[in-house]
Amino acid sequence: MSTTAPEIQSTVEGGFGKRSIGQRLVGANTFWIALVLVALILVFTLLRPAQFATLFTFQTLLIETSVLLVLSVGMTFVIITSGIDLSVGSVLIFSGMVCGKTMEALSDGNASNAGWGVITVGLVAAVIAGTIWGFINGFLIAVAKIPPLIVTLGTMGAALGAAYLLNNGSDVRSVPTVLNKTLGYGTSLGGVPNLVIVAVVITLIGAWLLHTTKFGRYTYAVGSNAEAARRSGIGVTRHLLKVYLLTGFLAGIAGFMSLAYYASTTITAHTNDNLNAIAATVMGGTSLFGGVGSVLGTVIGVFIPAVLKKGFNITQIPDFWQMIAVGAVLIAAVWFDQRRRRRRNSR
Amino acid sequence: MSDAVLLDAQNIVKHYGSVEALRGASFQARAGEVTSLIGDNGAGKSTLIKCLSGAEQPTSGRILLDGKEIHLDSPTTARRLGIETVYQDLAVAPELDPAANLFLGREIHRRGILGKLGMLDKAEMRRRAVEEFKRLGVTLQSTDVPIGSLSGGQRQSVAVARSVVWASKVVFMDEPTAALGVVQRERVLDVIRKVRDQGIAVVLISHNMPEVLSVSDRIEVLRLGTRVARFKAEDTKLEDLVAAMTGALTQEEVA
Repeated sequence: MSTTAPEIQSTVEGGFGKRSIGQRLVGANTFWIALVLVALILVFTLLRPAQFATLFTFQTLLIETSVLLVLSVGMTFVIITSGIDLSVGSVLIFSGMVCGKTMEALSDGNASNAGWGVITVGLVAAVIAGTIWGFINGFLIAVAKIPPLIVTLGTMGAALGAAYLLNNGSDVRSVPTVLNKTLGYGTSLGGVPNLVIVAVVITLIGAWLLHTTKFGRYTYAVGSNAEAARRSGIGVTRHLLKVYLLTGFLAGIAGFMSLAYYASTTITAHTNDNLNAIAATVMGGTSLFGGVGSVLGTVIGVFIPAVLKKGFNITQIPDFWQMIAVGAVLIAAVWFDQRRRRRRNSR
Repeated sequence: MSDAVLLDAQNIVKHYGSVEALRGASFQARAGEVTSLIGDNGAGKSTLIKCLSGAEQPTSGRILLDGKEIHLDSPTTARRLGIETVYQDLAVAPELDPAANLFLGREIHRRGILGKLGMLDKAEMRRRAVEEFKRLGVTLQSTDVPIGSLSGGQRQSVAVARSVVWASKVVFMDEPTAALGVVQRERVLDVIRKVRDQGIAVVLISHNMPEVLSVSDRIEVLRLGTRVARFKAEDTKLEDLVAAMTGALTQEEVA
């Protein structure tokens, strides 16, 4: 023993290097998907420099992706735990509806002239509504151990049905003008839309939570190997519940943002938001098998479909092609992830 | 070798419905020694380990640690008492790096307000992980790759390290070298010896008799849910172990 120990030690010394930044970049899915995004922007800029590379294009691009970005940040956490949440779009509508109805009720049926006091109550109502759906999802998935796909498929229908019930299936259209003007269309800091600022702040908080805190670490651990996490003394049930709560909470905020922007509950508009959020998250390198993913990747994943759509519009290619292109990128992203896992498991 | 019994399990009985997995099994482990627990399939080794590591609760029987009776209602309780377990499978999170795995469930927070908010001190955890890996002689090319991309032997070494770093009294290892190659197996056995030399009681379950004889100080044999024989490894031959396992030799009266 004593004679072999120094020899082992010496090999150890050389062995604990950190990989260089270059090596880590090339190894990351996010890097490649970021390249795709940059390439797309370059191509469209070269094709139509006068129309594509304008402040207006980027402003609308950012505004249109803000709501989806907030949903996708929540989705990133859920998918990293190897779960899924199909209900986010319906919860968004439900939260917007609760918010709209609350503000109307507080202003005798027409909230168009309501002030910030009423709006604040509306925001709180939206967030609570979203969080309640998040709790229902989390409870059924983590405690009752029903597969997330089934639970959230159920709550997807239920939340939408509940939203219809609240206003007999029609939209709430009396949204405070002041809310629409400030959060919906207003800009700050020399032209940055307020809606975008909110989305950016939420995304930054999400990134901080996922990548630097214990909450984030446990999210990866639960998704990577729930049994190992449990054996390490991590409260897996509680953690999963919290993750779905967070997603519901963010869907509530997204509902409020959507209401501010469209000045309507847009009951029929968000039915594909769940799939768009999942697609964005997965394209951004988050693994459907859990344990892998990043908020930065999700941001890129949100922008790829948006840039494609804008680009196709500007270059007058029918934007139905966008759906086909996004589908192809999505499948390619999952294929790369599968290949990575297979290569690893064969060792 | 010390003679003080650190972990003393007496007459452990465990029923699963009408099935008697353990029928009054006893077991002793000493500090600074490797005690192997062997027996044929279904002899009750894994059940006994589960009872002693808190994963299952015995139907009856006493467990003493340092002479004091303890009740292990969960693995967390066992861990708090300094008892760790290395599982055969499912022991690590493959997507996390070695340092994150080592500190899983025991993360170090940053100082001050950021730590209160839940921020982790990754640099400190990584530094201490490298220190511990060096101490245990675990070699890794890199500490920031997911553990799943390491070889089987390295992965298992990290899993072993993960438990022994935190163990202050007893480490259970349920076939830690199963499915490993010769070199990798030797590396894990080296780690086991290093742990023993720190004065921790190591309990090893293995089906590999030459391995058991080479690494153990003592060997206890289970058959049909009870202990049937105890050996000191230095004066034991392979045939004795096989005889005890198959029932050709019985030293102890069945309780």
